Amino acid sequence: MISVQACLDGILLGILFALIAYGMALQWGVMNIINIAQGDLVILGGYIAYFMYLYGIHPAWGVIVSPIIMYFVGIAIYKLVINKVVDRDLFISILATFGISILFMQLMNFAFGADVVLANSDYGTTMLFNSNVVLPNSKIFSAFISILFAICLVIYMKKSKLGRAIRATAQNARAAKILGVDTEKVYAATFGINAALCGVAGALISITFTIHPYMGLPYTIRSFMIVIVAGLGNLPGVAMSGMGLGVFEEFADYILGTEFRIGSVFLLLVLILVYRRFKLSRKREYLK
Amino acid sequence: MKINKIIISFISAAIILLSTSVVSFAKVVGDKIILGAAISLTGKYSSNGVHTQNGYNMAVDRINSMGGVKVGGKTYKFDIIYYDDESNPKRAAQLAERLISQDGVEFMLGPYSSGLTKAIAPVTEKYGVPMVEANGASRSLFTKGYKYLFAVLAPANLYLDVAIDLAVEKNNGKGVTVAMAFEQDAFSQDVRLGVLDAIKRTGSKKVIDDKLPKELNDMAATLVKVKQMKPDVLVVSGHTKGALTAIRQISEMKVDVPMLAMTHCDAAKLSKQHGKNSQYALCASQWHKTLTYKDDFFKDGMTYDADFTKEFGYAPPYQAAESSAALLVFKDAFERANSFDQKKVRDALAATNMQTFYGNIKFAPGGQNVDKPMVLFQVMCDDAGKCENKVVAPTKWASAKLIHPIPSWSKR
Repeated sequence: MISVQACLDGILLGILFALIAYGMALQWGVMNIINIAQGDLVILGGYIAYFMYLYGIHPAWGVIVSPIIMYFVGIAIYKLVINKVVDRDLFISILATFGISILFMQLMNFAFGADVVLANSDYGTTMLFNSNVVLPNSKIFSAFISILFAICLVIYMKKSKLGRAIRATAQNARAAKILGVDTEKVYAATFGINAALCGVAGALISITFTIHPYMGLPYTIRSFMIVIVAGLGNLPGVAMSGMGLGVFEEFADYILGTEFRIGSVFLLLVLILVYRRFKLSRKREYLK
Repeated sequence: MKINKIIISFISAAIILLSTSVVSFAKVVGDKIILGAAISLTGKYSSNGVHTQNGYNMAVDRINSMGGVKVGGKTYKFDIIYYDDESNPKRAAQLAERLISQDGVEFMLGPYSSGLTKAIAPVTEKYGVPMVEANGASRSLFTKGYKYLFAVLAPANLYLDVAIDLAVEKNNGKGVTVAMAFEQDAFSQDVRLGVLDAIKRTGSKKVIDDKLPKELNDMAATLVKVKQMKPDVLVVSGHTKGALTAIRQISEMKVDVPMLAMTHCDAAKLSKQHGKNSQYALCASQWHKTLTYKDDFFKDGMTYDADFTKEFGYAPPYQAAESSAALLVFKDAFERANSFDQKKVRDALAATNMQTFYGNIKFAPGGQNVDKPMVLFQVMCDDAGKCENKVVAPTKWASAKLIHPIPSWSKR
């Protein structure tokens, strides 16, 4: 039963992280930008849901309101900063988004205060297997909403004009431009969509965990790892690696102890990277 | 030409030197005793930094309006130079240097948090500047042999050991099983050491000993273990994030434990944020308004609570109360030393033995206050869902009876 519990906990946690990673993979693939401020956008989205909760609105509505606001925040960040670094070296974009991250942390601290806060959904608990497995409904809700948004996005990317333009730009920005795609617009929309996804994830985190102005970085690192493991442009891979890492984390916690939880995830990352390199080098030999 | 240049450089150097020495404050200017403090007014500790500053200001106003400090037959008033340390230890150490070497401050008040106090203490020690601090509880502060550091609060290792004693008492003196979940930071690990001592002393047994990573806000795995092992006591310490996460996940996962003890409930506004879900949690606190300690300036805890609420618009957390107490200690030491000589004031501080509204204060050679026990309060809610913190231990100060064991979630 413990392994069932750990497995389900890990999957539910992983799905939520996968949503954040999904946004990161999208903009990384399209714009070649690693967004260090990803986690801070998540936290800002969380504060939107939290403030709705403070004003008596159920925080679950945050999953609708927060992405709308965050989409425009994303567009604004793009217009002010990102469009100036989008064609530059990857290092410059990392520096720029690192700066945005620090700015966001300080602004949130200034505006919302340094207290740790949360929004209560009062969703209750689901008991399974004769109460041996316990799942908070807020986590189930978070996973469900994350999957819903991910599916909608995949359909949007496949069917809509903008989605096709985004995919075309990701494949070859220059060719897309020649064929009449307004890449500037595509970049702005991509950054906006990423921020909106962060908004959804933030609202869900305010319901499931806690938020604090300086809590963004772990989410950035986690989504970065998920994307690295999955590989760029591999959206089903992001979902799988998100869930896989979540489950691995829970088991590592259970078997090795909580203090080794994060460490074991990083160890896994190193092993995966070494394995990839090994695989690639073999491929190269074969090609010879 | 060359001589002219030398003369000009000499004169400008002299002007710069003179101007800086004129700008410098002295330790005592006119009838003012100037204290220095680096406080976290921005950054992650800013909430508690503001509580600390409000506590200091409240005491300064009160002491000044009630006759000030009498030294050598003359009356002096307190004044504080504040700098914002941005919740950053390096910045705090720089500001301490600046306060002492540029502003000429000769007596310091502590910053907020153990980490920042640790950064400042070597600086004040180097210059021989007495520092009374009210918000650094880490045990390691008091084992370094600092001579000029004095803390009005009880050290971190005493935060939760009283909970273990209480559980043993409820178990008819027999040892209990303890599950521990502590964040990996200096403060929480000190609390853990205290709990380990108590476990050893009472013949109890630890069944879970999890160290929570700082960046983690998910305790589900630990709580699954707790459900499995069914310990008598669950102790959690991970600052406000730890307290909020623990209550959220314990209530969601319906984890039943006979006793739940934690730190930082006050700062986390536990009962406000979690309402009835936080009921029955035991919380370690340095101070509570219902304690019956007394002094001439703030009378007692209830009066302090009312006055503070009137002035700042919110009830004082213990961080504010202990900060106010630091000023009372300084006043007492200045008057006993009857001098502003740093060594004499330091010796007077070391000999402090007084009662304040916040508690008794007497310093051990390491600088920690050994005369003030921690209190445990329990969150108790009425049927309407209004929750209040009531002191349940030590028995001498208890204003309510401990509810033990905590009713199971199915019966709530």
